[in-house]
Amino acid sequence: MEGDIAQMGQFIGAGLAAIGSGAAAIGVGHVAGNFLAGALRNPSAAGGQTATLFIGIAFAEALGIFAFLVALLLMFAV
Amino acid sequence: MADAPEGGGLSIKPMDQFEIKALFGGSDIGLFTITNATLWMFLAVVAIVLLFVVGTRGRAIVPSRIQSVGEVFYGFVYNMVVDVAGKDAVKFFPYIMTLFCFIFFANFLGLLPMSFTTTSHIAVTAVLAIAVFLTVTIIGFVKNGAGFLSLFWVSSAPLALRPILAVIELISYFVRPVSHSIRLAGNMMAGHAVLKVFAGFAAASILITPVSILAVAAIYGLEVLVSAIQAYVFTILTCVYLKDALHPHH
Repeated sequence: MEGDIAQMGQFIGAGLAAIGSGAAAIGVGHVAGNFLAGALRNPSAAGGQTATLFIGIAFAEALGIFAFLVALLLMFAV
Repeated sequence: MADAPEGGGLSIKPMDQFEIKALFGGSDIGLFTITNATLWMFLAVVAIVLLFVVGTRGRAIVPSRIQSVGEVFYGFVYNMVVDVAGKDAVKFFPYIMTLFCFIFFANFLGLLPMSFTTTSHIAVTAVLAIAVFLTVTIIGFVKNGAGFLSLFWVSSAPLALRPILAVIELISYFVRPVSHSIRLAGNMMAGHAVLKVFAGFAAASILITPVSILAVAAIYGLEVLVSAIQAYVFTILTCVYLKDALHPHH
């Protein structure tokens, strides 16, 4: 695509895609906050669940990374 | 992307650091051209060999400093495999150890100034992720035969829901290599781009320079953390997928 309008659309689209990073931040914060709330209630069981914590964070984060990818594709690949 | 205006204004090009360049000869890149990506992957392998082959050469009962670092790596990954994937996954430990060490060292070598982060390229991480995906799928079918397909048949759900869940599980199974690779590449790329952007602010005005340098230092610390965590996450997800392949029943 060529032209100023198309380029403007790319920039607006990339900016809109960046909203997805904020959504991923909410998700990761939710996972970590709930883990901490549970861990403080039962600290002895918390140590064995750190792997689950990181897996949960990774899954929540993946979708934010997809948003980042959309932004990158709009900026450099389209 | 639009070029930054010539002279005046900020000209930050945060993505230039990810450019692949041929090291020898002309600028054209073929299949076997030695590029900076090749160089830094090779350096990661050299670092691993130095740590595990040269560093543990003494095989001392009371380990030297570098040998104890190697032992920490070994014990960490071994415990991860046993905890997440189970005792019968230990025979795949060498593969998982290789993955962890390569990603860990590639991430950390990428943090050196003027270096090149190989794991910030989807081409590199996609090969790692597709290798994991194929390995895990083949292991699943070899170990369980057609019983591996029960991974998609959630037997704890009501019968009416199971076909719908099967479709969802199937889709999420095939999205695995995509998210697996993009998570690593995206994190490394985003972090390094942010570093470059903040470093670029330093040139804007003498007033902003101290703030910018402090911000770069803080983000660098975060990046050290992210490098280790992403290597950990990539490996632990491999263990989770391996567990699914070895024990597909919900």
